[in-house]
Amino acid sequence: MSRFRVRGKGRVDAAKPMIFTFDGTPYTALKGDTVASALLAHGVHLMGRSFKYHRPRGAIAAGSEEPNALIGTRRGDGRFEPNTRATVQEVWGGLQTTSQNKFPSLRFDVGAVNDAAYMLFSAGFYYKTFMWPKSFWDRVYEPFIRAAAGLGVAPTEEDPDSYASRYLHCDLLIVGAGPAGIAAALAASATGRSVVLVDENAEIGGTLLSEPDAQIDGTPAWDWLAQSRADLLAAGVKIMPRTTAIGYYHQNMIGMVQKLTDHLTELPADTPRERLWRVRAKQVVLAQGALEKPLVFHGNDRPGVMLAGAAQTYLNRYGVKVGDSPAVVTSHDSAWFAAFDLADAGARVQVIIDTRAQVRADLQEAARARSIPVRLGHTVTATAGRLRVKNLRVNAVSGGHVGAGTWINCDALLMSGGWTPSLHLFSHTKGRLAWDDALTTFLPEHTPEACVIAGAARGLWGVQAALNDGAARAREALDALGATVQAAVYAVAKDRTGTGVSLHELPTDRSASKAKAFVDFQNDVTAKDLRLAVREGMRSIEHVKRYTTNGMATDQGKMSNINGLNIAADALGKPQPQVGLTTFRPPYTPTSFGAFCGYHRGDHFEVLRRTQIDPWAEENGAVFEPVGQWRRARYFPQGNEDMDAAVRRECAATRAGIGMFDASTLGKIEVVGPDAVEFMNRMYTNPWTKLAPGRCRYGLLLGDDGFIRDDGVIGRLDADRFHVTTTTGGAARVMNMMEDYLQTEWPDLEVWLTSTTEQWSTIALNGPNVVKLLAPLVEGVALNEADFPHMSCVECTVAGMPARLFRVSFTGEVGFEINVAAPLGRQLWETLWAAGQPHGITAYGTETMHVLRAEKGYIIVGQDTDGTVTPYDAGMGWAVAKSKPDFVGMRGLARPDLKAANRRHLVGLLTEDHSLLEEGAQIVFDPDQPIPMTMRGHVTSAYATGTTGRPIALGLVEGGHEKLGETVYIPMPDRTIAAKITSSVFFDPDNTRLKI
Amino acid sequence: MTHFSALSLVKNALSGHKNWTEQWPEVEPKAEYDVIIVGAGGHGLGAAHYLAKEHGITNIAVIDKGWLGGGNTGRNTTIIRSNYLYDESARLYDHAVDLWQDLSQDLNYNVMYSNRGVLMLAHNVHDVQSFKRHVHANRLNGVDNRWLTKEECKDYCPPLSISPDARYPVLGGALQKRAGTARHDAVAWGYARSAAARGVDIIQNCAVTAIRRHPDGSVAGVETAKGFIKAKKVAVSAAGHTSVVMQTADVRLPLESYPLQALVSEPVKPVFPCVVMSNAVHAYISQSDKGELVIGSGTDQYTSYSQRGGLPLIEHTVAAICEIFPMFNRMRMLRKWGGIVDVTPDRSAIISKTPVEGLYVNCGWGTGGFKATPGAAHTFAWTIAKNAPHPINAPFTLERFRTGRLIDEAAAAAVAH
Ligand SMILES: Cc1cc2nc3c(=O)[nH]c(=O)nc-3n(C[C@H](O)[C@H](O)[C@H](O)COP(=O)(O)OP(=O)(O)OC[C@H]3O[C@@H](n4cnc5c(N)ncnc54)[C@H](O)[C@@H]3O)c2cc1C
Repeated sequence: MSRFRVRGKGRVDAAKPMIFTFDGTPYTALKGDTVASALLAHGVHLMGRSFKYHRPRGAIAAGSEEPNALIGTRRGDGRFEPNTRATVQEVWGGLQTTSQNKFPSLRFDVGAVNDAAYMLFSAGFYYKTFMWPKSFWDRVYEPFIRAAAGLGVAPTEEDPDSYASRYLHCDLLIVGAGPAGIAAALAASATGRSVVLVDENAEIGGTLLSEPDAQIDGTPAWDWLAQSRADLLAAGVKIMPRTTAIGYYHQNMIGMVQKLTDHLTELPADTPRERLWRVRAKQVVLAQGALEKPLVFHGNDRPGVMLAGAAQTYLNRYGVKVGDSPAVVTSHDSAWFAAFDLADAGARVQVIIDTRAQVRADLQEAARARSIPVRLGHTVTATAGRLRVKNLRVNAVSGGHVGAGTWINCDALLMSGGWTPSLHLFSHTKGRLAWDDALTTFLPEHTPEACVIAGAARGLWGVQAALNDGAARAREALDALGATVQAAVYAVAKDRTGTGVSLHELPTDRSASKAKAFVDFQNDVTAKDLRLAVREGMRSIEHVKRYTTNGMATDQGKMSNINGLNIAADALGKPQPQVGLTTFRPPYTPTSFGAFCGYHRGDHFEVLRRTQIDPWAEENGAVFEPVGQWRRARYFPQGNEDMDAAVRRECAATRAGIGMFDASTLGKIEVVGPDAVEFMNRMYTNPWTKLAPGRCRYGLLLGDDGFIRDDGVIGRLDADRFHVTTTTGGAARVMNMMEDYLQTEWPDLEVWLTSTTEQWSTIALNGPNVVKLLAPLVEGVALNEADFPHMSCVECTVAGMPARLFRVSFTGEVGFEINVAAPLGRQLWETLWAAGQPHGITAYGTETMHVLRAEKGYIIVGQDTDGTVTPYDAGMGWAVAKSKPDFVGMRGLARPDLKAANRRHLVGLLTEDHSLLEEGAQIVFDPDQPIPMTMRGHVTSAYATGTTGRPIALGLVEGGHEKLGETVYIPMPDRTIAAKITSSVFFDPDNTRLKI
Repeated sequence: MTHFSALSLVKNALSGHKNWTEQWPEVEPKAEYDVIIVGAGGHGLGAAHYLAKEHGITNIAVIDKGWLGGGNTGRNTTIIRSNYLYDESARLYDHAVDLWQDLSQDLNYNVMYSNRGVLMLAHNVHDVQSFKRHVHANRLNGVDNRWLTKEECKDYCPPLSISPDARYPVLGGALQKRAGTARHDAVAWGYARSAAARGVDIIQNCAVTAIRRHPDGSVAGVETAKGFIKAKKVAVSAAGHTSVVMQTADVRLPLESYPLQALVSEPVKPVFPCVVMSNAVHAYISQSDKGELVIGSGTDQYTSYSQRGGLPLIEHTVAAICEIFPMFNRMRMLRKWGGIVDVTPDRSAIISKTPVEGLYVNCGWGTGGFKATPGAAHTFAWTIAKNAPHPINAPFTLERFRTGRLIDEAAAAAVAH
């Protein structure tokens, strides 16, 4: 058995030993140990190095508030994480741990030279220096600062674990399963309400785990705990250990993270490492307990100096004695009990030093009974010991005078500065705190959320008070839920309540300006740093925090905020409430990124939307491109074709025979209702009243600023029914915009909107041979100019499938778009594919679609327009109704600048040397000007491989519509290209090919 | 004011740091000022500094409802760049980047401007088109920005995953090497210290409750928590609360206020050499001098003045970062927070005179005004001093929303920065 393990003590399982390593050395641990408790069981206190001075440090706490004992934890390949708290990480067989922020070793770290020069590294020193010479900042100073900073090293491999997330709705959520939380859960358990009890620890119990001798209603604490747990489970209460409530959000939404595997020796198959819970609770009980305050004195950070409560926990919960000859320094009764427990476990307690001149007689009596020397009215002014505390300097204080110091040997120093209610989640709710003079601490006063605070979290000390308060507060919450319960009353024997005084810093006979009295242990912020900040004019506690970094370490100020506030308040000469606390920010404890990512990783990062026809495209070798959440077939290479060759072939085949294109991703919205036509009139620029059922029209949608937002062909199927199409990327945006207007601006209109994008598979057929293919397959309409002219739509059947057939063209060829119920998409595609073989059918992708439309000068919203283009700029003034009273964007369009001359117009561009322009390249009129040049426009689309025999481009050019035939210049890094402004229609300007 | 240098640091270290003086004194407001600036963020304090230093106006009060620098200046993720698309923006932000280069020396306060480079990733054809447009426009404007292939992106930022199997594979990126980050608090403090040394009063914890006007309509002063204070000129620089303050002078602003959240990881040794932004996955990241990964994304969905922010956006942001940097999945989030940002319809700022004589406004910086701090403050000071805009901020008028002469960076600003 390890040397400091106390037989018969603790909740660890002596029958289940395990081996883990720390910096390569194997150690034994027992089931139930944390890394810290196991190392302490071997007498190892040195666990880390501090941030700035690289001072040797050990565990100061026994829970998640630990600032010092941070280690790297590893479980084989890919499973490494830095900055894990040794005091929280449970040991499992095979766990590998490493210390951090040291070189070359934890025991000998060259970074500790900073410690010697500590006077230079005072608060904010970096703001005052490193400014000369200027060029040194980037190359010398900053890299040096960065290399010195940081704690552990980041993981370098991909994380093999998975993470999960869930929603949970409950009536009552109780955060913290100490006596207050358990009593609250017991009170609620009989009401039939859904109750959830969470605790970040591996088991519930809180303080009770460290107080085995208390007797609750005559039952020993641990038996009571076991019975209560069983009762709660039997009553259906959901108990969630290893679950941290990380943040409290609007309307009683609490984020929680549950650790599922980090404590297991064998990783179960298919179990996520952590799970994020998004809990919506009708009522919340916050019973987060209290945190013990360190005392502030020179040398309060050496390994072996720790909180008295932590030592008590190590002993009673883990069966570990933190030293053979500990000393105690305190300003609160509670540390005396830690001393007694250690003495009873066989430690020779060297001394109890209490800063108070008067202490309860029973405590003194109990110390005497154990032969523990007591020094009342004393202070500690120094400690010594490089890698472990070996003695302390104690001085009498009387009448404000600090007497001469004497040294006392010890191998551990337990300190207690009293307790601070843990109000982090309360603070997330923007809860208001009130200063309590008697308790010298902040207490919760008011929160806008439906939550109550119970137990030590509102300044009640002792098991009995916590139990009774938990029951009473739960009753309040249950009242609000309409459930009445009798508040249980508990009687606790051997309850170790106590009081104390709050000291800001221990008095000393030495220069306070040289003392290394740490407040924020991890960030190496000392009391003198805080005073320096105040001296330099940092009067707000937020300034003090930021200037010194006090409270910004990974313990989020759990150890340092209150001491920092007290010392700053003294320096400012103001009472604490006037100085105020800094805001606690979520998460309560550092939380794995993976837990936030949840399922949204890799392929699941965002849904990949695929059309019904997508598998066919994949089978036929398509190359895909992402478009919003969709993936779309970009081109269908044959043999060794590259994109250019494939696109050239696809374009030619479409113009000569039939091209087939999967247009299913187009957004589709069904606009229905007696006021549908009025709604369309108001939304789109075009007039809709006179559009006859069975006809369709190209619709243009503006923002209220008058600029083009979206477009698409819209069919009127009936007097009260429109089939609206949008761009692929714009579908959701347009739907939202329509709903927004409908619900907030025009609630009087009787119109219903339904997104139908996913309901239809859409196949576009284009080319001179299309009718030959399609006519035999269509029933319900004759495909000729008379019965079904260009821009018509009809409900019919195609290849026996009910369909909405549109005669539209985005290529300049005769074109149809067939919409069938989405699941039939592939069947229709293959039917058409087979039937089209004799007519030279060719599948094409988005790239060919882009080329063919560009040849016709059809715009792509978002490419040829960018949110600054009016319909007139785009040459589409014809789409703007002249006599409508209003439409979205009409007023915006009327603003002077939108009507100004010399706006940028969409035009065609043909390069004089037939070279291909680059999309995004800038256009100037004078190529010889120096930089900065006056830019007059840019190239929006450019294609090498069309059917016009030369590269074409579209661009926005200042006054372009008036400059047809003129030459503009495109300065590239290596040369300047000249291009002529042309019409944006490069192919069949008279639309002769649209006729059947 | 004690001059800051390595020497003064050593000297003071030897005397136990007892002789440092206040960086700015605590003062009670005087009855009257030549200029009152509402809002002691970087922009407001900076304007005071430049008014005093370059225009000889020192009878100034900068008034804040809280502690100086406690608004967005002290909450932002400090990305600084100037590779904006439009000429007007490029000029304004590049003016700022020019001033950033020497700001530490100008203020005698190390603001830790770090030329780490900002890399914006392209994940689809549309991104490529848009970034190339920026690169071309920047080149002709003389603004540093260049296109990198995806392999070059990986070289520049080794933690980046350029796997073609990613949900949104990286196709390349635009790099501005001159861009980077700075220490936000130091910017506020440095300006405050320098302004105070030149006689500017900085009044904290004193909310401005209304702007008062003379019967002829011109500005008379401000009502505050400490009473009325007269002023010849009032300049408002109150970020997310600007529209609230301006409304009291009957000036309606085209602003919407949204929470914008950010977060940091636990600190680690240097692992991330630059700033990376991605519009497609909607997140950005850098590493602070202290070692924390600093991460942000777009605004929350709903307008609000509450600095709380919601959980869903954070989930998405972290997922986005781990999508491009899968090795960070086991890192831990240390802290997250929110600020209230003021967003204009065209996502460009307003640095302008107003219809009220003697009232000036600098706002609308939305998610990206830290980078502009010196440039905005400098041109705002000019505008206040001369009652006329500097050529660089002349296009950033309030009028433009009436005329339609917008500077539409919205398309390029899918992600906050
Ligand atoms: C999370 C987040 C991340 C960001 N990231 C970046 C980034 O990476 N890069 C970038 O360039 N920008 C970023 N920004 C934006 C940037 O922070 C702001 O645009 C910029 O800091 C604004 O500076 P300011 O001085 O105008 O405002 P602030 O610093 O907000 O100052 C305004 C001040 O006005 C005060 N005030 C308000 N009302 C009153 C009143 N009635 N009376 C008196 N005082 C009042 C406030 O208290 C505040 O101190 C980010 C913002 C946030 C919130």
